[in-house]
Amino acid sequence: MLRAYVIVFLLFLYAPILLLPVFAFNSGTVIAFPLDGFTLHWFAELAVTKALHEAVVNSLIIAAVTAVISTALGVAAARAGVRYRFPGKAAALGLIMVPLVLPEIIVAVSLLVVVVQIMGWDLSMGTIIAAHVLICTPFATAILNASFQNLDPSLEEAAVDLGESRSSTFRLITLPLIMPGIIAALLISFTISLDEFIIAFFLSGSEPTLPVYIWSMLRFPRLIPVVMALGTILVVLSVLLLTLAEISRRRGLRRAGVKDKGGFL
Amino acid sequence: MSLISIENVHKHYGDYHALRDINLEVGQGEFFSLLGPSGCGKTTLLRTIAGFEDVSSGQVRIGGASMIGVPANQRPTNMVFQSYAIFPHMSVAENVGFGLRKSSLSGAEKATAVGEALEMVGLNGFGARAAHALSGGQRQRVALARALILKPKVLLLDEPLSALDKKMREQMQSELRRLQRQVGITFILVTHDQEEALIMSDRIAVMFDGKIAQLDPPPQLYTRPANRQVAEFIGVMTFLPGNRRADTLEVAGLGHVTLSPDQIIGAEGDVRVGLRPESMTILFDDMAAEPSNRVAQGTVEDLAYYGDMTMYEVRLAGAPRPVTVSMRNLPGRPVLARGDAARVVWDPAALMAFGPVD
Ligand SMILES: Nc1ncnc2c1ncn2[C@@H]1O[C@H](COP(=O)(O)OP(=O)(O)OP(=O)(O)O)[C@@H](O)[C@H]1O
Ligand SMILES: [Mg+2]
Repeated sequence: MLRAYVIVFLLFLYAPILLLPVFAFNSGTVIAFPLDGFTLHWFAELAVTKALHEAVVNSLIIAAVTAVISTALGVAAARAGVRYRFPGKAAALGLIMVPLVLPEIIVAVSLLVVVVQIMGWDLSMGTIIAAHVLICTPFATAILNASFQNLDPSLEEAAVDLGESRSSTFRLITLPLIMPGIIAALLISFTISLDEFIIAFFLSGSEPTLPVYIWSMLRFPRLIPVVMALGTILVVLSVLLLTLAEISRRRGLRRAGVKDKGGFL
Repeated sequence: MSLISIENVHKHYGDYHALRDINLEVGQGEFFSLLGPSGCGKTTLLRTIAGFEDVSSGQVRIGGASMIGVPANQRPTNMVFQSYAIFPHMSVAENVGFGLRKSSLSGAEKATAVGEALEMVGLNGFGARAAHALSGGQRQRVALARALILKPKVLLLDEPLSALDKKMREQMQSELRRLQRQVGITFILVTHDQEEALIMSDRIAVMFDGKIAQLDPPPQLYTRPANRQVAEFIGVMTFLPGNRRADTLEVAGLGHVTLSPDQIIGAEGDVRVGLRPESMTILFDDMAAEPSNRVAQGTVEDLAYYGDMTMYEVRLAGAPRPVTVSMRNLPGRPVLARGDAARVVWDPAALMAFGPVD
């Protein structure tokens, strides 16, 4: 009974995604069964669509910058949270995590109001990056929290005891030991930013991101198989990145010599 | 002049008073122990010497120089951590040589120093081993070699043996002692194991609740405890109720005793009379009592057999609770059973009277 339940559940969850590659390689222009024949035409079309390439470049830049900033903030927040006591600590750490439960549309609309109405700035990739950092930092912080919790504080003290300064201790001991967490945080932030639609939709001016560009393609039924091809590539990429992140996290645990207490993923 | 001097040191964590007016001096080449139950402040005191904690008030000097405001990386101390803190991403040799990174030695000289340090702790040829591929005892040795390679004035050890099993612990105890004599460096050891402290130390500071209760060499600590708390913590001591007026003591189950001054600790009145297990003997047929000793009648209530000796719980007639008596199991000597009658010989000069408030 339970098994049937799980199978139905998984089917609902993943069947639509499995349909992506099916239609991406189908030569018919209409998304319907029965299938026509095999083609790589839709992928070829992707290769020559210039607007798409621009959107991809925009997305990659935004995702990369977002990942670096979120991870740096995550390192700082996690280190402060795990190692130090200070007044207002719980409130500060709580606020960092709020975007996890905040509807993205709220973030998007309020940032739009601030940037356009109040500050009078133009929308740019910078505004999207700012918003993406906001939603990615909680994830980075959560991952790095685990890294710092698994790091025995006496390792850092031992390095200082043996004559190293605080900064060289961070470089020689802390950084190498939390590196798997940093890589995982980078990859996850990158993936979240790359896939994010609502915020990018509201805040992108003349420079659409990939998800926004895909959405705009949907208005042309002719292009739907192309979207399917693009979607296939994105799914494969996302799965790849998340797998790398998880491998990196597990390697970190092994290196720290602790038991796996259930992953972030 | 003493190498380390700690004067009127206090440490507060918020409202919590973790160290209360600590005063002590440790000499060059001494093996000094901080002994006390969990939470008494041993680690805190050690960390104020290492420079990982600031003192709230007071003075810490090493070699005459004040250490107040001197960060840990500039103090002439090195530490062996309770968890050993072996850097997991480095090899054994990289761990041991870590402290030499800033030194002006050439690569070859450093390698020689690492080799010597490893040899000193009996880890010849382990240099290339990954740190995570070590047993507990080996990690302990790496931590020692790593801390000693800088030839500190003081080596600080925070419960370095508590993670080892009994056999390994006993072996490391004698090895640590040998190593300390060999290098001539002052060791300050934190432990909650009184036996370990007695075996290893030249002097021991016994701490309770952030205060030093007594600071003495092991024999004095054992035979002349400053108060009942120390007496109970060091070795085994059983107590019988008594009443003392001047030098006259009346003990339940033992009768009248005239005390010498050094048997008296604290005020007169209702006292607790402390007896060490080895100060009493069960009289077997083959033995005659010393003339100065006295004999009391009792019954064996319980016993623990250790092979070489037996610990008896003997209830003396008229005493409210049993006393612990240790007896060596000599060839031909019987081991008594529960309920057997026992004649207990005791030496009036060996008991201690602890006053109501000591
Ligand atoms: N950073 C801190 N903040 C607040 N209280 C602390 C801190 N460090 C230690 N304490 C408190 O100070 C007291 C002494 O701690 P310490 O670690 O020195 O004990 P210990 O004698 O080493 O005990 P153990 O044998 O359990 O290691 C304890 O009650 C502890 O809770
Ligand atoms: Mg401690």
